Amino acid sequence: MDYVVLLKQVPDLAEELEIDADGTGLDREWLSFVASEWDEYALEEALLLRDQGHGGTVTCLALGVETGDVDELLATCLARGADRVIKVGSFEAPPDSHTAAAAFADALAHVHYDLILTGVQAIDDLDGQVGPLLATRLDLPHVSVVTHIALAHHHTTVTVHQEYAGGIVAEFEATLPAVLGVQTSRETPRYAPVSRIRQLMKTATIEAMAGGGGAGSGLVIEAMAIPETGSTAEMISGNPQAIAERIAAILAERGIGTAVAR
Amino acid sequence: MSGDIVVIAEHRDGAILDPTYELLGRARSLAAASGGEAIAVLLGSGVAGLAGSLGAAARVIVVDGPGLASFSPTAYQAALVPLVREREPALVLIANSGSGMDVAAGLSAALDLPLAAYAIDLTIDAGGPLATCQLYAGKIQAKVRFAGGRGIVTAVAGSFPAEAGMGPGSPVIETVAPAATDDRIRFVDLLRPEAGDVDITRESVLVSVGRGIGEQENIELVEALAAALGGAVSSSRPIADLGWLPRTRQVGKSGLKVKPRVYLALGISGAPEHLEGMRGAELIIAVNSDARAPIFSVAHYGVVADLLDVVPALTARVGG
Repeated sequence: MDYVVLLKQVPDLAEELEIDADGTGLDREWLSFVASEWDEYALEEALLLRDQGHGGTVTCLALGVETGDVDELLATCLARGADRVIKVGSFEAPPDSHTAAAAFADALAHVHYDLILTGVQAIDDLDGQVGPLLATRLDLPHVSVVTHIALAHHHTTVTVHQEYAGGIVAEFEATLPAVLGVQTSRETPRYAPVSRIRQLMKTATIEAMAGGGGAGSGLVIEAMAIPETGSTAEMISGNPQAIAERIAAILAERGIGTAVAR
Repeated sequence: MSGDIVVIAEHRDGAILDPTYELLGRARSLAAASGGEAIAVLLGSGVAGLAGSLGAAARVIVVDGPGLASFSPTAYQAALVPLVREREPALVLIANSGSGMDVAAGLSAALDLPLAAYAIDLTIDAGGPLATCQLYAGKIQAKVRFAGGRGIVTAVAGSFPAEAGMGPGSPVIETVAPAATDDRIRFVDLLRPEAGDVDITRESVLVSVGRGIGEQENIELVEALAAALGGAVSSSRPIADLGWLPRTRQVGKSGLKVKPRVYLALGISGAPEHLEGMRGAELIIAVNSDARAPIFSVAHYGVVADLLDVVPALTARVGG
C-alpha cells in the first residue's frame, strides 16, 4: 500500500490578518505560516495505516511556494515518519485550489499511489477543496469529510465514514485508488521535536518535481475585507468581578441563575 | 448559456433537508434577476414523491435510478456532469455539506466551471453573479465573480431563510434516468448518533467551551458554571475530537444545531462550522481572548478576556 499525502501551509490565525493595498488579497509581508491542520490529520492517518499492519510507504507532497517555509513543512513530515517528501512546482504565492490540483496531478504521474489523503478543506480554499478537484483530474473516486479510514485486507478497497449535520455519518466503501478529504485523525497528530526537524532540513533529501499551472480558478476576487466583528455585540469590560456582575445581571433579567443566587 | 439557477437537492429519510430550501429560496430571486428558471435537481431511487416538496422551484428534474438510492460521490457526479453540461445553467447552488463538498468540487473540475466556496451571500447585478465567501475561519470575507459569468456556489447553511424555499407551487416535473453511472464509491450504511446523557438541543442554557479552555482539567470549571445556571455543558469540535466531552455535546456543522435561550460561548473563536450550529440562540454571550474572534460578530454581548478569569468569578456570582 502506497500512501500519498498532500499538505500545505496556511496563515497562522493566531496573528492578525490584514488586507493588501489592492484590497483583493492578504497582506503577506508579516504573515507567519503553519501547517494546515486538516492536512496534519491526513498525514497522521496515513502513518497510522502504514504502521498498523498495512505496510507500504508514505510520500508527502507540498507545492514549492515562496511564502512560508515548505522545506520545514516537508522536513516535519519526515520527522513524523514519512518515507519520502517531494516539493512540487514553483509558486511566488500560495496558488488557488484548482492550480494546486493541476500541479499535484502533474507530479502524481510519476509517483505510485494506492490512497491519496489530504485535508478535507483549508482556511483559504476559496475556489473549493483540493481533494475532489485533484481526484476528478485523475479520474479517481473521492470522499470528503472523512473519518474512520479502514483498509480491506486485500488492499483493493477502503471503508470510510463521511460526516453530515446532526452527528449522522454515512459509511462508504471505495475502490482503490481513491482520494480522501480527511476531517480528523484517530489520534492527535504525533509530535516531532524541533531539533529533529532542523537537522532534517539540513540533511534530508527533499525531492523536486515539476507541476504546471493549469488554467486557474476562474474566480475574480473583487474585494476582500475583514468583517465588522462586535458590530452588534455590546462589549463588556472591567475586571473579572465586574464582568461577572454584568453577565449575572443580563442573565437575571431573563430569570436565569437567580434562583440559586438568592 | 441559460439564465437558469440550478439547486442540487439534498434529502435523507424521505425528507428534503433545510439547506436545500435555503438555496431554493435564494434561487427564486436570482432566477428573477437572471431571466431563467429556479430548477431543483433531485437524485434518488423512487423519489418522485419528494418532488412535491420542492414547490418553490419552477421545475424539478428528478434523476431516478437504482444506483442513486443513497448518496455516493461517484454516482452523483456521473449523473450530474452530463446534465449540467447540457442545460448550461447560470449558477449551480449546492449546500456546503459533507456530500455537497464532493459534488461541487467534482463538478467544477469535471466541467471546468469555477467554484465559489463557503458563500454566505449571493446576488446577481449588472456584472453577473456576485458571491460573498468566508475565508480564514470567518476572519475574512471575499466578494468574487466568475470570469465567464457562470459557475458553482457552495453556501454555508443558515445563510438564507429556508422559509422562502418552502412555498407551495406546481413545478414542471421532468423525470430522467441518469446518463451515466459510477459505482466506485458504494454506500454501506447510515450511522446515527447514540443518545447521550444530555440532549443539548433541549437545554435552555448552554455553557459551551472551545479551545480556549486550554486543559482538560478546566472542563470542571465550566461544569460548575453550568450547574450554577441550571444548564448543560456543550462544546466546539476540537473539544469533542480531544475526547474531553462526548460527541453528543458537540455544537456545529458536524454536531448538533441548538437554539437555547442563552448560549455562553467560552473560548470559542467562532469558525463558520460552529456558528452554523448556534447562531439561532436567543442570547449569545461570548468570552474570548482574541478581540477579532468571529464569535463576536454573532454575539449579543462580548467579553475580551481569558475565560479562566471570568468563569470562576461568574460561577461565584450566580452560585454564591
